Amino acid sequence: MKSLPHLTSIILLIASYQTEAYDFSGNISIESKLFNHQPIQPTQTHNDISFSINPEFYTSWDNDNKSITIEPFLRWDYADNERTHFDFREFIFYRNMGSWELKAGLGKIFWGVTESQHLVDVVNQTDAVEGIEGEEKLGQPMISFSMEKNWGAIDLYILPYFRKRTFTGVDGRLRPQIKIDNNNESYESSEKEKHVDYAIRYNRTLGDWDFGISHFYGTNREPEFISGLDNNGSPILTPIYYLLRQSGLDIQLVNSDWLWKLEAVHKKSNQQAYNALTFGFEYTYVGIMETNLDIGLITEYLYDSRKDQATTPFQRDLMIGARLNFNDTQSSEVLIGTIIDIGNQERSFSLEASTRLTENWKINLDGRIFSNNKSSSLLYNLRNDDYIQIELQYYY
Amino acid sequence: MYKLLIILIIFLSPSIYAQSAEQKGFEIVKEADKRDTGWKDQKSILTMILFNRQGQKSTRKMHNRSLEMENDGDKTMIIFDQPRDIKGTAFLTYTHSTRPDDQWLYLPALKRVKRISSNNKSGPFMGSEFAYEDLASQEVDKYTYKYLRDEIVDDTDTFVIERFPTYKHSGYTKQIVYIDKKIYQPIKVIFYDRKSTILKTLLFIEYHLHMEKYWRPTIMRMTNHQTGKSTDLIWNEIKFKNNFSESDFNKSSLKRAR
Repeated sequence: MKSLPHLTSIILLIASYQTEAYDFSGNISIESKLFNHQPIQPTQTHNDISFSINPEFYTSWDNDNKSITIEPFLRWDYADNERTHFDFREFIFYRNMGSWELKAGLGKIFWGVTESQHLVDVVNQTDAVEGIEGEEKLGQPMISFSMEKNWGAIDLYILPYFRKRTFTGVDGRLRPQIKIDNNNESYESSEKEKHVDYAIRYNRTLGDWDFGISHFYGTNREPEFISGLDNNGSPILTPIYYLLRQSGLDIQLVNSDWLWKLEAVHKKSNQQAYNALTFGFEYTYVGIMETNLDIGLITEYLYDSRKDQATTPFQRDLMIGARLNFNDTQSSEVLIGTIIDIGNQERSFSLEASTRLTENWKINLDGRIFSNNKSSSLLYNLRNDDYIQIELQYYY
Repeated sequence: MYKLLIILIIFLSPSIYAQSAEQKGFEIVKEADKRDTGWKDQKSILTMILFNRQGQKSTRKMHNRSLEMENDGDKTMIIFDQPRDIKGTAFLTYTHSTRPDDQWLYLPALKRVKRISSNNKSGPFMGSEFAYEDLASQEVDKYTYKYLRDEIVDDTDTFVIERFPTYKHSGYTKQIVYIDKKIYQPIKVIFYDRKSTILKTLLFIEYHLHMEKYWRPTIMRMTNHQTGKSTDLIWNEIKFKNNFSESDFNKSSLKRAR
């Protein structure tokens, strides 16, 4: 029992001698999802309440040339055991070695420019239980080397371990109607999750243009599914992760109030080869009617060459949205959008709004409506899952 | 022939007079710029206190770094510390004198670097009474100038200069700048909105001398006459000679900015 205080004092000693800067911050949040319709299946919980904690500890030394960032994340969910989970979003060591920067540990990176979907962004696994928009990511084990010079920036990644996607459990909503067995996933590679993946990205700014080219080789973060039967004879989907080569291109042009955006990928596996694309613009109107309100109009075209065989609902879709920025002391923002399937007229609507209540408290309001769903489409699973979510966050 | 000459004189004389006032205004600003050249780099901690009409206040905290560029505008980075929900959010700006600035925004929750349009300079900075353009590096070529008069303001002998933004998307038609004759730094700026009515007054309070050459204010107080709101921007821990280089002001460094 005596060793624990010893250890603590040693850590404190190291911290006080070695480190020059340290920083502790984060947030705690409580959210409630309210659904408009009864769930399709009786196992699914009607409404949900959930709690999360997301602190971040950072320390640096040697003139900020070395640092460690630790960012755990814990969610507890009333309805869904699968959504109750823990992860390290980051647990990463950074070292500046002059021209090169080294990072090692669990990390998170983002690639891309578009708003409606993130095709180019392939390194981190999606923490899909967090939300259907797929913006939340799991910490990815990585060693990376980065360099930025006049000729641009280059990032090299060695990704020694694969993280499987999280999926909403049987009690949760916003999920496929067939149960996903996330304990018996399979892999194309015999090394399974230990297959070493590689990624490289080059990006550069040339005047008003920012562009990036990237390549990834390794286990596809997006699984496909094998349908089968469980022990009780009920249908079940088991994820299978194939190997993937993905080449990506992202371009953004700033032209006065216009931002033009393009993301394009070519994906090749042993089973298939296909292309996908997002292209669009964001036009910002600053100071509407002599007020402080800015309105950004967003339009994006989403394409997937697999058409109806696509594993995403966005094979030939149009996203239209508006971002309202009130520029007030509470940093109030509203983002409304709709994605329309050009083929079958299927639509989904989304609303995201946030404002600061006090210095430390923030409130977020999110909503989704899925309408005109066709039984042949992926969104058909969500036809009863229109919801509104209220989230209160305390930041420290 | 005589008639033509008279017409010419009538036409030319006001413009000759105006040009000399413009010339004088430009010379004063050029001198101010010359005196503030050579500082190389700077960092500081900023506190912004926003007062509403009722005098209720809210606080913002951030820190910034700048790098002086020889044949171009400065490079700057601003990193937010408070309110806590935007902690780690950072702006990187490459100021240019004749073409629009380049600007990137870093969103720490998504680890995303976003190129943004620098056209929205007239918008409020963090809900304050400062617009982005008020805080941007004040390059000489961003305005045209006209010397108005000498005036004593609170015991300080000043040059009073009118300046007109040359960039399209400015929120102002003109500004009147009061430059302290001794230190060649502004002590007051009056801003006129797009309808040419008086909008805001900026006061520079308590100048201190750094490295025996560079004057920096302690407080910049912006008062909006149309809304009754005001913002104090307080500069702390101003530090020069940080050995910053261009590699501290690129997209990679924006991602790890603390």
